[in-house]
Amino acid sequence: MDIVVCIKRVPETAEAEIKVDSSGKDILKERLTFDINESDNYALEEAILLKEKRGGTVTLISVGPPECEDTIRMGLAKGADQAIRVSNEGFGELDGFATAEILKNTIQDLSYDLILTGCMATDDGYSQVGPTLAELLGIPHAVLVTKVDLQDGNARVERELEGGLLEALEIKLPALFAIQTGINEPRYASLIAIRRAAAKEIKVLNAQAIGLERPTLRTRVENLFPPPVGKRAEILKGGAEETSKRLAQIYKSKGII
Amino acid sequence: MGGEMGKIFTLVEHRRGQIHDISFELLTKGRDLAAQLNSEVVALVLGHGTEEVVERVKGEAHQVLWVKGESLKEPNAEAYQIVLSHILKEYNPFLTLIGHTALGMDLAPPLAASLDIPLATDCVGIELEDKRVITIRQPYNGKLNARVSFADAPAFMITLRQGSFPSEEGNLTGKVVDIPSPLEKEPDYRRFVEYIEAAVGEVDITQADVIIAVGRGIKEKENLALLEDLADSLGGVLACSRPIVDEGWLSKDRQVGSSGKTVKPKLYMAIGISGAFQHITGMKNADTIVAINKDPNAPIFNVAHYGIVDDLFKVVPVLKKKILELKG
Ligand SMILES: Cc1cc2nc3c(=O)[nH]c(=O)nc-3n(C[C@H](O)[C@H](O)[C@H](O)COP(=O)(O)OP(=O)(O)OC[C@H]3O[C@@H](n4cnc5c(N)ncnc54)[C@H](O)[C@@H]3O)c2cc1C
Ligand SMILES: Nc1ncnc2c1ncn2[C@@H]1O[C@H](COP(=O)(O)O)[C@@H](O)[C@H]1O
Repeated sequence: MDIVVCIKRVPETAEAEIKVDSSGKDILKERLTFDINESDNYALEEAILLKEKRGGTVTLISVGPPECEDTIRMGLAKGADQAIRVSNEGFGELDGFATAEILKNTIQDLSYDLILTGCMATDDGYSQVGPTLAELLGIPHAVLVTKVDLQDGNARVERELEGGLLEALEIKLPALFAIQTGINEPRYASLIAIRRAAAKEIKVLNAQAIGLERPTLRTRVENLFPPPVGKRAEILKGGAEETSKRLAQIYKSKGII
Repeated sequence: MGGEMGKIFTLVEHRRGQIHDISFELLTKGRDLAAQLNSEVVALVLGHGTEEVVERVKGEAHQVLWVKGESLKEPNAEAYQIVLSHILKEYNPFLTLIGHTALGMDLAPPLAASLDIPLATDCVGIELEDKRVITIRQPYNGKLNARVSFADAPAFMITLRQGSFPSEEGNLTGKVVDIPSPLEKEPDYRRFVEYIEAAVGEVDITQADVIIAVGRGIKEKENLALLEDLADSLGGVLACSRPIVDEGWLSKDRQVGSSGKTVKPKLYMAIGISGAFQHITGMKNADTIVAINKDPNAPIFNVAHYGIVDDLFKVVPVLKKKILELKG
């Protein structure tokens, strides 16, 4: 079972202050911390679990700047066998389709039974790259996958619909699954494994090497702007004593207590 | 402007006889855009035994394209893709609108790719500027908005975020057109097997008057006890955002949001929850919403009625004390 996992290095934005840069089209990245995209971490774990069960290899692919090699190395430390970074320099602006096109050109010459991606990158939030890649490679797919059972030439997967409902599907391999968070318990790499992975080779490919000088850019971010403030919450002022007291009073006046 | 008549096509999403709310939001937006373009909105209904679905949406569109077939019994993205690419190639609409739902996320990207047309996903706004289509998206977990334009193309596809567009009753009399299904049987490379219902848990959070919901800000499982105490003081139940379930700290039936439960309690407290739209979808209709978050820019403050910008570990114990005091 040869598995390709597409991983993206993304900024952690939940707790950080996000500012738009001078171009107006991107964010200031200097003060942000970066890590593997959340659902990609689950996809990586799923690939390693499947390899541990059935043998084979796990290959990581990431499209991005040199810094994303840190993220790739962590994946190697956890148990991936080899890795490719496609340098994004020279591509210019990318959107979901263009990223899928780059991944397609990179993957089409590899041998694989399964491709795993995350279901959504938390920076751009397209939820588009995985299923687009499957279409470009001409293989079946399913997104929001929360369970993978491999049989001979087939996979039985479960995918999430709305409100807690799941559907089970039978899909022919090779196939692409976009993995949803919570499918497994991602492991941590041991220090020894991290040290060992530091010496592993990461193959770096550029536009020429994958034979795609100009990915097709179909959408373009014109500008980023702060979301319009709608009906904002009434922010209770003061320290914990004051805000708590005020909130308790509000609960009392509303008959909640 | 491209597209023969500049028509707007919208996909009617339905499952097990239920029409998804997003379908009416798409149709409402579709009518609005069609009016601006002096054109028409067309509803696409695919399925088996869909008479009632067609009856229900007839008044919402100028035309209903109705594809019937046993192979379309359950919405299967690969089967839908074959049928829709066939129809869209033939009718060549200017714009196709699909919900950014579990089905839409599975279907729209490969469909747009197979038709070679631009796609913008998870949009919260669509504007026509001189016949140019501009969409508004929310990258970075809703912390920023993005204006996104399309490259030149004869047709475009957009997936819309649920709850971002109003849903109004239409008063059209759509002509229903039967289209023979180009698909005889479900593709053998992706077959529907069965539905698996959500497990029933010990408490039904949808019935609770008071919900104390906790998010990743809680940091460790051990800290849940703090929130349980607060819930007890208010006679409420504990619920959570998705990462808490993913970590295995609370069971799935406690999860609020698009892939969890939809709740409408008298009081919803979101504690250490950023307010991603998938979460907000499940709780925005609560009578009173209170958020405690140390980040003043957390999107949750846009839906909350009251907010405390502070460290939850400082506030929660004091709040519990004050509540017990007032209860006397
Ligand atoms: C298809 C799909 C379906 C999904 N369905 C759901 C769903 O049903 N429900 C759901 O909830 N999510 C769902 N998600 C996930 C969603 O996108 C978000 O990732 C998730 O809601 C984030 O949870 P959170 O707010 O707890 O965590 P984060 O976004 O990480 O936010 C943590 C918050 O805690 C605050 N915080 C940290 N420390 C403290 C402290 N000491 N005191 C106070 N505040 C603090 C931070 O400022 C931050 O705002 C879904 C995602 C996808 C792709
Ligand atoms: N630059 C990238 N490099 C590798 N994989 C990517 C990249 N961008 C997106 N992906 C994969 O596609 C998934 C969905 O991303 P998106 O469509 O941008 O939300 C991610 O979870 C990754 O698995």
